[in-house]
Amino acid sequence: MTSIRTRLVLILIVTTGVVWLSAIAWIYLGARMQVERVLDARLSESARMVSSLLTRQDISARQEVDAGKAARAAEIAAMHLPYERQLSCQIWAINGGALVSRSEGAPAQPLTDSGVGFSVTQVNGETWRVYAVENRALGMRVLVGDNMRVRDQLVADVIRGLALPALLILPVLAGLIWLSVKKGLAPLNAMARSLEIRPASDLSPLPDRDSPSEIRPMIRSLNGLFARVEAARLHERDFTAFAAHELRTPIAGMKTQAQIALGHGDATVRDNALRQIVIGVDRTSRLVRQLTDLTSTESSAFGHDANGVDAGRTLQTLADDIRQHYPKAAAIAVDPGLFNVTLPVNGALFMLAARNLLENAVLHAPPDRPVACWLRRDPASLSIVIDDDGPGIPADELPKARDRFFRGRNRTAMGSGLGLAIADLALQRMAADLHLENRPDGGLRAELRFPTP
Amino acid sequence: MRVLVIEDDDVLMNGLQVGLGLAGFTVEAVATCADASAALRAATFDAVVLDLMLPDGSGLDVLTEARARQLAAPVLLLTARDSVPDRIAGLDAGADDYLGKPFDLDEVAARLRALIRRAAGRATATSQWRDITLDPAAMTVSRAGEAVRLSRREFAILHALIDRPGQVLSKSQLEERLYGWQEEIESNAIEVHVHKLRAKLGAGVIETVRGVGYRLMETAS
Repeated sequence: MTSIRTRLVLILIVTTGVVWLSAIAWIYLGARMQVERVLDARLSESARMVSSLLTRQDISARQEVDAGKAARAAEIAAMHLPYERQLSCQIWAINGGALVSRSEGAPAQPLTDSGVGFSVTQVNGETWRVYAVENRALGMRVLVGDNMRVRDQLVADVIRGLALPALLILPVLAGLIWLSVKKGLAPLNAMARSLEIRPASDLSPLPDRDSPSEIRPMIRSLNGLFARVEAARLHERDFTAFAAHELRTPIAGMKTQAQIALGHGDATVRDNALRQIVIGVDRTSRLVRQLTDLTSTESSAFGHDANGVDAGRTLQTLADDIRQHYPKAAAIAVDPGLFNVTLPVNGALFMLAARNLLENAVLHAPPDRPVACWLRRDPASLSIVIDDDGPGIPADELPKARDRFFRGRNRTAMGSGLGLAIADLALQRMAADLHLENRPDGGLRAELRFPTP
Repeated sequence: MRVLVIEDDDVLMNGLQVGLGLAGFTVEAVATCADASAALRAATFDAVVLDLMLPDGSGLDVLTEARARQLAAPVLLLTARDSVPDRIAGLDAGADDYLGKPFDLDEVAARLRALIRRAAGRATATSQWRDITLDPAAMTVSRAGEAVRLSRREFAILHALIDRPGQVLSKSQLEERLYGWQEEIESNAIEVHVHKLRAKLGAGVIETVRGVGYRLMETAS
């Protein structure tokens, strides 16, 4: 069922109906019991009354009962009850079993055969409630019977009187329930409507004040979601703007050099310009590669590699690759202690972080001072340390060094300001840390710190 | 015409240095805000080409600070951030013109010439002194309608003198306009160039003020 309103209305109508029905059942049983009690009391009272009337009429003869008087007494008893002809009275002689008298409409057969007190019998297909009293002095048995059909009708009338208005009220009640539910759900409807008409680009928060406490958590979590989406969108826009800016500068440089090469006949000038264009293309393609790395590190899902990563082998592969790219730059010395150290991380992320840190070190270090790469085990962590003999990072720039596109004062021509950002992000995604510090004897130390499990 | 280029991208900086040099400018180039401020304090420039994003801060700060120190030279902003608000911020900070990256090298040169011309209070593209016409864009000089072939240095000296008629320019002022900081200057270079200019334009154009420098003749001889 998709509509809360329909659901709520149905539930309310069904529960109300059940409550009504149980109330009616209860009233039925209660009424029946009360009616039985009252009518039984009347019955016994009537029987005793007839018996005492017979005595007081001074009917002395045992056998000669004045049938007419007895009948009158029975008639009087019968008139005490509201439903006509419901009460029947018979007077029988104890000895001989002859019917002395009976009230009008009373059956000719004895209402009961059993002794005295209450009993239920079937006479001529009708059910009777009978009270029997024996008048030993007169030798007579007085039987007063109540027709059960009439009794049932009485109870049914009571119930009908109750149920009929209820049945008439039920549709009105259903309507009222419908209206109440509609009214009660109005804030939810209003929110749904405001969400429906809002354009996809609108990420402003929903109004939180005056909203019912039930939907406030929903509004709050929606607003939280809006805020996160907005932040992500701003971040993306900033990043795109930055990336565009970072690309336009080298493109401007290459265009300028191309124009020099085109417009100048001098071979030296032209060759220089072309060489500059090559440098520009190298730098720009590195920048593009790093931008791609950064976005994929940010957005892709990286699982753990089943076998982990052999730190030494990976670093050596990277070192050889970097050597090929920058043959004139400093070499990388991978410490033998790193081999056969297996890290339980994603290989692609580890390569990304290590490559950017190694490239950074190589580009900053003097060409004759190799970059050292070694392993340090601490109680809580396992660190791959990369030491270079470059200029380091000025202390005031250290906090900003991982910002995207941040290129400090000690920047290199190849630097894009993205290397540390990528390394930092990749390590974060491996639940590891990037630690940067200036070494006391000069140069930068970059550590990839993996917490030991 | 001496121009300071403030740009941190090596390839672009080199391109501007070479390209503007070929267009007849003497170009100094620096890459940081600190170097830019130092250069602007140390020497006078006819124009400044400024990038906004520098490694140690914003080019706008350099501009604001230099304008506060009464820097008169026109400033051309070169930047990748060329949205309207960025342009407005740049112009309000004291820039005279704005070019978005990537730009055309010839346009940079043309805009610089226009800025320098207007800063000198002239509206025409060519400079005129008596019957000598000097066209900075084409780097040509003509006398009485006839073209005079000048070397780059000779042209620069004549250009400097024609821009300030009647004003005496010292040898060191001329050297500053002609040579970049890294260039080796021979001690008598200016004298040699002036001598050659006189030979090409004839006497009665450049006058030597003894012990001070050179200027255009006050009156025709």
